[in-house]
Amino acid sequence: MSTPINRHEFTIFFDVKNGNPNGDPDAGNMPRIDPETGHGIVTDVCLKRKIRNYVEVTRNGQEGHNIYVSEGAVLNEQHRQAYRALREEDTDKLKELKPADKAESYKLTRWMCDNFFDVRTFGAVMTTKINCGQVRGPVQFTFARSIDPVFSQELTITRQAVTQEGADKDREMGRKHIIPYGLYRMDGYISGHLAQQTNFTSEDLELLWAAIENMFEYDRSASRGQMALRKLIIFEHSSVLGNAPAHKLFERIHAESVPGVPARDYKDYHITIDNADLPEGVSLIEK
Amino acid sequence: MGYGIKLHVWGDYACFTRPEMKAERVSYDVITPSAARGILESLHWKPAIRWVIDRIHVLNEIKFESIRRNETESKLSAATVKSAMNGKTSNVRQIVTEERQQRMTLMLKQVGYIIEAHFEMTSEAGATDSPEKHYNIFLRRARLGQMFQQPYFGCREFPANFQLIESEQPLPPSDYAGTGERDLQWMLWDLDYKANMEAKFFRAVMKDGVIEVPNLSKGGK
Repeated sequence: MSTPINRHEFTIFFDVKNGNPNGDPDAGNMPRIDPETGHGIVTDVCLKRKIRNYVEVTRNGQEGHNIYVSEGAVLNEQHRQAYRALREEDTDKLKELKPADKAESYKLTRWMCDNFFDVRTFGAVMTTKINCGQVRGPVQFTFARSIDPVFSQELTITRQAVTQEGADKDREMGRKHIIPYGLYRMDGYISGHLAQQTNFTSEDLELLWAAIENMFEYDRSASRGQMALRKLIIFEHSSVLGNAPAHKLFERIHAESVPGVPARDYKDYHITIDNADLPEGVSLIEK
Repeated sequence: MGYGIKLHVWGDYACFTRPEMKAERVSYDVITPSAARGILESLHWKPAIRWVIDRIHVLNEIKFESIRRNETESKLSAATVKSAMNGKTSNVRQIVTEERQQRMTLMLKQVGYIIEAHFEMTSEAGATDSPEKHYNIFLRRARLGQMFQQPYFGCREFPANFQLIESEQPLPPSDYAGTGERDLQWMLWDLDYKANMEAKFFRAVMKDGVIEVPNLSKGGK
């Protein structure tokens, strides 16, 4: 059932077709682009938002699966009261902790971890003066970058209605920014030790993988266009500390577009994974 | 310092936030000794030892890039959690659409450093804690790529790759080799956790890409 987990690294590939994967508030909501190289960027927080939304929608009101940082629109209040009481097995640990306020702060964070999936996964900061008011989650996301420079296109659209009553005009114009096509890669990390601290178990890990695989399916909107998860590649270590440097594992994954034509489809890319001579104690899982 | 180590660390982005500019985060030009200590502690740390940063080599040209993200404005209050634990129907959650703040981060790009450090034994050290033991644990972990958690450059979304530089191995070249002195002004050295989290600063001067870090833990300012 739910057992502690070892260290993991993972890489995801997702693509966007005629949409804006992540708007830049500094650039009038144009897609985020690295100004030096032209590569598209999707921030870590953007993807974490989708994970939280997926869990909030699919685990609606289930014990231990509340979402602390919520978008608010998803649930109504009654569903949110299924909080879990402090588990018995923790009382021994509590007695060892002194002084009293440190123990209490430990209790509070423990309770938050037990009840909230996102606190258990990504962590949270609580306003207590003592250091353990901060929860470091085991799952660490990074910025996603597109494999190739992306081209951002501005479309002007019209609508046959006006916002303000009594205006002279009878239609308004708007703008949409889209990327015709972009394949993005994000590398992530899961620490086995931090998982033990927040009680992020193998069950939670399965939910995280499901959330990653489905995060775009629950996030359709006019601005996003067509987004889809294309690949989830997991490196599972056989120990808590890990068995190989993370960067060496990530270097085994390589994506390249067919030269000559601008890529407009996932078929225009080749992803190769070098799974020969994996370091001892590391297994590769493709989902 | 018979047990000094050299660790090569590099990554795409970094943000070593200046304490005076942390609402809209602005990074220092280079890694702080406190961030470097955090990286070493992600690989190996026990209460018996304390890492001391001796020298920082700056390998890559200092370049900045900005990014603005939606962030939340408040932290969770312990009182709310307490009342929810007692069965009150208080609402423990943050609603991002109502608490949104757009904040900028001026971060570093394509960073690479060599951290030269050693550790000292603390009063917590027990009978089985010898310097050799901790030194060898660190070397083993750094060689195998093992860690407690993935180290990062200032913020967790900016992971740090690492590789041990063995004692006889040549150092990777620095873009600043032969450029002479560059004054990086006052930088955070570290926080003194024993003295009510007091921040200590030092005047960072980079000479040919190398910053000598003073050891402020033994008095000194």
